[in-house]
Amino acid sequence: MNAKMKGNVKQEVLALNGDEAVAYAAKQSDVDIVAAYPITPQTIIVERFSEYVANGEVETEFVCTESEHSALTACLAASVTGARAFTASASAGLALMHEMLFVTSGCRAPVVMAIANRALSAPLNIHGDHSDTMAQRDSGWIQIYVENAQEAYDSVIQAFRIAENPEVLLPAIVGLDGFTLSHTLENVGVLPDDAVKKFVGTRQFPLITNHKGKKVPFRLDPENPTTMGPIALPNYYFEFKRQQEEAMKNALSVIRQVHDEYAQLSGRRYGDGLLEPYHMDDAEFATVCLGSTAGTVKAVVDELRAEGVKAGLLRMRTFRPLPVEGIVEALKNVKAVAVMDRSMSFGSHGGPVFHEVRHALYDLGKRPYVVNYVYGLGGRDTSPTQIRGIYEDLQKIIKTKSVEKLVNYVGLRE
Amino acid sequence: MSEKMFSEWKFTAKDIAEKPDLFTSGHRACAGCGPATVLRLIMKAVRGPTIVTNATGCMEVASSIYPYTSWALPWLHTAFENAAANASGIETAIKIMRKKGRIKDEHVDVIALAGDGGTYDIGIQALSGAVERGHDFLFVLYDNEAYMNTGIQRSGGTPLGASTTTSPAGTVIPGKLEPKKPIADIMVAHEMPYVATASPYYWRDLITKVRKGLEVNGPAFLHVFAPCPRGWRSDPAKSIELSRLAVETCIFPLWEAVNGEYQLSAPSKVMALSPQKKKPVKEYLEVQGRFRHLFTPQFEKMLDEIQRITDMRWQRLLKKCGM
Repeated sequence: MNAKMKGNVKQEVLALNGDEAVAYAAKQSDVDIVAAYPITPQTIIVERFSEYVANGEVETEFVCTESEHSALTACLAASVTGARAFTASASAGLALMHEMLFVTSGCRAPVVMAIANRALSAPLNIHGDHSDTMAQRDSGWIQIYVENAQEAYDSVIQAFRIAENPEVLLPAIVGLDGFTLSHTLENVGVLPDDAVKKFVGTRQFPLITNHKGKKVPFRLDPENPTTMGPIALPNYYFEFKRQQEEAMKNALSVIRQVHDEYAQLSGRRYGDGLLEPYHMDDAEFATVCLGSTAGTVKAVVDELRAEGVKAGLLRMRTFRPLPVEGIVEALKNVKAVAVMDRSMSFGSHGGPVFHEVRHALYDLGKRPYVVNYVYGLGGRDTSPTQIRGIYEDLQKIIKTKSVEKLVNYVGLRE
Repeated sequence: MSEKMFSEWKFTAKDIAEKPDLFTSGHRACAGCGPATVLRLIMKAVRGPTIVTNATGCMEVASSIYPYTSWALPWLHTAFENAAANASGIETAIKIMRKKGRIKDEHVDVIALAGDGGTYDIGIQALSGAVERGHDFLFVLYDNEAYMNTGIQRSGGTPLGASTTTSPAGTVIPGKLEPKKPIADIMVAHEMPYVATASPYYWRDLITKVRKGLEVNGPAFLHVFAPCPRGWRSDPAKSIELSRLAVETCIFPLWEAVNGEYQLSAPSKVMALSPQKKKPVKEYLEVQGRFRHLFTPQFEKMLDEIQRITDMRWQRLLKKCGM
């Protein structure tokens, strides 16, 4: 921890679980409105935030809506009115927001949302996996997956800066694994309030040309009327969507810049902000994963390295936008890659992370073997032994020059 | 009624005519569109800085075809079921941004517009929630009594006996079998400060009620009758006349409930005080193609049923108004 704390400002270490770390970050980020609806395992976030409001510790309006659909709608509407908006959800709540996720990104509203990643029904399950956010991967939101409570705190603060950057103007999700992170107490280094407030700054509004040909700030302003969320027919709709794709592309560099700037302040780095390679320089066998599992994988990599196995890990911190160049760069010299998916894409021969990593590597002249491991659904534990087994499989693939099973399930009764 | 709740705002026809339109011409609504007339009148009551939000529907589609707009004030559309949640977000944002000195410290009115689908059906959850939370906004339901934008499908606001594309009058079923949901009464049951009904024929009453809805501190709900010639199979030249007939037959009475206290508005009070002036619903129904099948021997009993329910609801309303 000490090595990670060599920032420019004095930090305090608090014992916080992931949800509390998120709430603390939102508290310090000068948020104007939090509109939310309770759902496990996110609820602690809004409970803590409600306490901050009740105790006058924040200058924020808390709107406790009657559904997640209205929670995101209120955040979106507040955001296009000019406010900084934050919400949190999980699982079924995020699924209920589905429609509004697309509207929020389409309206270019930089709402920040924490998701305590949880399985989707049926059967009902409140525990951690990535089914909820993976199902929303095409909704136009930036997606950052964190490894621990510290990173949850750091990422929420960064997310406001990323989302609100005029070159981006896209909403952002910070995902933390349900229970494993949301409910687990950790030491979290927190920046002073004023340092965070200064870092996030106030929202800047790009100028747009309104219907009268006047340059006006991009927000609902009675003095400068604009029409937001109009209907666009086939003659214009396509251009709007293309602009969102461009914004996602811009987000790749903005995420790195904001991460760098934050690292100067806090002393904490997560790779380049997009990808965090662990012992990848000379790795022959690598896994790719998202979220808290990376912690377990790192411990296994350490063991394997001690045994002389050239094992490595590529943790994908940013899944949207997909850092294709970084993935290629990190994996181009690896012999075999195991991509770990904590969700399923039924009927598509593998999980979403697997598809995208494999797709990224397609243009390499010499491609590594790329196999898929689906794990941890509905909160099922994934042990170091199981991860060791994955690396053993990779070594076997290289030895036999053949892949027995492209898609594998970890710790499953079959 | 508390005098403090409302200003003594008076206006003349000249004032209204001279006030620039905030819902401007050039929109793509049909000839004789009731909702378009209603919106134009509503915007005449705007008193200062105002933000409008619109549920998906005819008026949203007809007024905002990119890169054109009919809105001379800030306007937001996000989805179908959430006009009230939009209003919650806008109102809250204005409140906190004023407090933090991010914007000019002046009151901004928030108006949410939705059709019957966006109010009675898919929008009722967001509406009920926003009203319960007490946001300061005016929700205007422009009721053309079916999903007209998608091609005349029945909604919870479609009246008994109306033929729509999803409640068609067939050889055995005489159109919609269920009466209209009493949406304004449901809103009164929320114990909100101001609920009213209005009809564009009585434009002065309508504009006054909009202004009251804006002036009231807290949520206000206005249910406006809005004929749709396409969906009602009525003469586009008769939309305003229908708006009058609906009140004169007491199928759409005009009233307001201030802090839950019901009071008949002048046009309906006439019917209450002089019952002989109350016209049979037949006169209202027979000029609309959507009720044509009721004027056949097979289904004519439905006419009696519509009259019975209209009278029952009217009597209930009179009771609530202490008459």
